[in-house]
Amino acid sequence: MDNATIIAMVSIITAGLTTGIGCMIPALGQGKSIATALSSMAQQPDESQTITRTLFVGLAMLESLAIYCFVISMILIFANPFWSHFIAK
Amino acid sequence: MELSPDETIFWADGFITINLTLVTTWVLMGILVIVSLLITRRLRTDLQISRWQCTLEMLVTGMNRQIKEIGLEQPERYIGFIGTMFLFIAFANLCIVFPGYVPPTSSLSTTAALALSVFLAVPLFGIAENGFLGYLKTYVKPTFIMLPFNIISELSRTLALAVRLFGNIMSGGLIVSILLSIAPLFFPVLMTVLGLITGLIQAYIFSILATVYIAAATQESKLKNVKQ
Repeated sequence: MDNATIIAMVSIITAGLTTGIGCMIPALGQGKSIATALSSMAQQPDESQTITRTLFVGLAMLESLAIYCFVISMILIFANPFWSHFIAK
Repeated sequence: MELSPDETIFWADGFITINLTLVTTWVLMGILVIVSLLITRRLRTDLQISRWQCTLEMLVTGMNRQIKEIGLEQPERYIGFIGTMFLFIAFANLCIVFPGYVPPTSSLSTTAALALSVFLAVPLFGIAENGFLGYLKTYVKPTFIMLPFNIISELSRTLALAVRLFGNIMSGGLIVSILLSIAPLFFPVLMTVLGLITGLIQAYIFSILATVYIAAATQESKLKNVKQ
């Protein structure tokens, strides 16, 4: 195996792992926050508007954690700096 | 596969490059400015106002109320910055309903510019409100030990603002283009609808976070008033 193959292999495996793990753990957090928001909405239906707004903002913040991982795996696949450095040489 | 509209270059000469991001941004800005000028040319205060004036009034009062809820007591001073930010991002993200349109917010350079303007606006508003020393005092709060952490958080939140908006919009476009090759009939439409929601929420979050940062930098004088 030459160096280019090793770089490509490691990048692809790492990209898959990054998106995989990076989606799993924020998903746990999102599920927890949705469950809490639902139970508090059931207890206080009057406050549901405020709860929904805060929930959406919080969900988007959690979602961006998964998106960071996605961006990193995109960089690894499509714009890998080590790969381009090796190919240029 | 193209990752960002930066790669579609129309004209390049040395340092200056005109790409799709720039063109789309200027077209969007032009539409926003011209439409607002056309609507505000005939403002009326009697009982029957035009539909467009009603739309603009709803937008402005809604944004004022949101800014006030976060804790900035005079929203008129800040709506020029925060409202412009929100309108531009929301408009840029919602235009994905037009086929062939690539949102300029899916390029890291646009979102980095937006985040940098927040990064600059926070100290400007803080100094205008509290004076130079008063603003510097917010860095050594609650104790002097927190100084390096405050500086780091200032930088890292700018980075997070830029990458959050960029990643959300870019991933939406990328997922649609991947799905087009797998399931071309219905699923991409659904994902585009999801992209509309995501785009609007991201615009809301971006402006809410900018408001929170500005409120944190300007709250010094308010605390003094409470003590008196």
